[in-house]
Amino acid sequence: MSAEGLLPRARGSAEVPAATGETVVETVGLTRRFTVREGVRRRQVSAVEDLTVRIGAGEAVGYIGANGAGKSTTIKMLAGILVPTAGTVRTCGLRPVKDRRRLARQIGVVFGQRSQLWWDLPVWESLRILAAIHALPAARRRARTDELVERLEMAEFWSVPVRQLSLGQRMRAEIAAALLHSPRLVILDEPTIGLDVLSKQRLREFLVEERAAYGTTLLLTTHDMGDVARLCERVLVIDHGRLAFDGALAGLAGAAGADRVLVVDLAEPAADLEVAGVVAARHLGSEGRGLRQRLAFDAEATTAARVLAAVSALVEVVDFRVEEPDIEDVVRRLYAATRHPPDAPAARRS
Amino acid sequence: MVEPPAVEPLAAVSAVASAAVAASGPVVAEPVAGWRDRLRPYRAVLASRARSQLSYRTNFVLDLVSSLLSAVVELAEVWVVFHAATRLGGLEFRQMLLVFGLADLAFSLADLVFGHCDRLPTYLRAGMLDVFYLRPQPLLAQLITSEVSLRRLARASVGLVALVVGLVLCDIDWRPAAVVLLVSSLLSGVAVFAALFVAAGGLQFFLVDGREMTNAFVYGGRYAATQPASVWGRPLRLVFGFFVPMAFTGYLPALVLLGLPGPVWLPGWLGWCAPVAAVWAWSVALGCWRLGVRHYQGGGG
Repeated sequence: MSAEGLLPRARGSAEVPAATGETVVETVGLTRRFTVREGVRRRQVSAVEDLTVRIGAGEAVGYIGANGAGKSTTIKMLAGILVPTAGTVRTCGLRPVKDRRRLARQIGVVFGQRSQLWWDLPVWESLRILAAIHALPAARRRARTDELVERLEMAEFWSVPVRQLSLGQRMRAEIAAALLHSPRLVILDEPTIGLDVLSKQRLREFLVEERAAYGTTLLLTTHDMGDVARLCERVLVIDHGRLAFDGALAGLAGAAGADRVLVVDLAEPAADLEVAGVVAARHLGSEGRGLRQRLAFDAEATTAARVLAAVSALVEVVDFRVEEPDIEDVVRRLYAATRHPPDAPAARRS
Repeated sequence: MVEPPAVEPLAAVSAVASAAVAASGPVVAEPVAGWRDRLRPYRAVLASRARSQLSYRTNFVLDLVSSLLSAVVELAEVWVVFHAATRLGGLEFRQMLLVFGLADLAFSLADLVFGHCDRLPTYLRAGMLDVFYLRPQPLLAQLITSEVSLRRLARASVGLVALVVGLVLCDIDWRPAAVVLLVSSLLSGVAVFAALFVAAGGLQFFLVDGREMTNAFVYGGRYAATQPASVWGRPLRLVFGFFVPMAFTGYLPALVLLGLPGPVWLPGWLGWCAPVAAVWAWSVALGCWRLGVRHYQGGGG
């Protein structure tokens, strides 16, 4: 293990189960600007600005932000694809651009929009080639492949050419491809985008297991609050290239009001529902003389079922749905909150 | 309260995991590799590319036929010219076959292995280049070995036939030196065309619609190479004689084999210098590639 491992961890994160105190990602003042041409004029646009972050071994970190906030640029700098304009970055103790080839043996990256696999080959053959690319000894390749096939349930499409896979199957194969060489750090860029609920759930379970079994460090960008809630104990929010929040998910909910919302349709018009005495939920608003009401609740403190039960005890519910907080919304409110604290609290959904 | 989302490690998972660990050890070992091991990744990719092309039999045969036809048409162009004239640039038809054969065989073999390098924008759009960055091999080596176009074999066969016929029909003094010259010129010719594809790839990092421009050199160069350099005007002689050393892939070595003097600016003894041309072409190509990659990574330059 490298000398980097002796560095003290910046955060006191007792909730990180597998952390060994080693640093896997460390950036100091990381900055990346692009030159944009507008006709003949050139303009500097900052994609990532002064990002200082340390991620310890075994952490699971959600990296969230609106489109174009700088997430992909950060990942490309961590992987050695882009050279930073300023600042320093160390990934697995290595300089990503200079030591790219050594780093490639220690990280696995899943880009949601681009494929590691060979379009016209069966899944097994793609993985066989990747094993050769990473120079895995035969015994290790077999053991790891068997493990991934079982845990990602790939047996059913093992011999199917990649181009014929469903999106959910393809994503599982992509993850297998990125994790085949047992990387210490796995970076996932929008891993669940476009997947159905069941596929999402399976994928998250797999990642949780992988982490529990090997202490793998996870860094994932996502638009799905569900991913963050189920996979990550730490959240980084990036906004316009700057780090806007670094802390636990609960803290983010507190800072930005990342509550889930239960929407109930009632059989008869009713006054604003007041259930705060029973469960941790607040009334947000009513429509149609109270036929449709919205209640916000903190998913950490209670469940949708409990809120629904509390409401059902008062009135007759004919229909309901649960709204996940939208990441862009969370980020926007967080941004508003950090700019206008504390007498102008973040606007709640109404 | 915050609950760590990591659920309790499932027993089954731990069992599988510990089996995997036992088999391998969790630490990523830095492989100590001999050259055979080092080539394994490339062989694995190339073998799969070849298999996948061969597995669609009908498709592959059609590809071969179309490739063959286009090569035959190009050869026919040369023949048509000699229908009207007995000499072109001081060469007879059989001598022209030698020039055409050398250059076209070299081009086809280079195209077989390197041809996809000048389709870099396709790779960029598909995100393939970023994927190469995540693998522990050099980028250019990965790009080169990411594809092989077996259908170009048909094209190469036309070049080979032209070359053999040319060699048989011409009076060549078969000293050992001539054999050395032939082999080294052919290999150098392949290297020069290969360098052209790589240079084109490097330039396509910068140039929007770069293929339009690089095609002028790659395919214009190929066409120029199959013509006698003596018919080129002087500016063209500078460009395709030295900067993009096309004359070294066919015309100049053919002059030496035939014992003919060269035109102004291209003396016959240059025919021995095809390896020098190959070294020059590759230094330019690697320079272009490096500039292109630096541009892509945004490291300036």
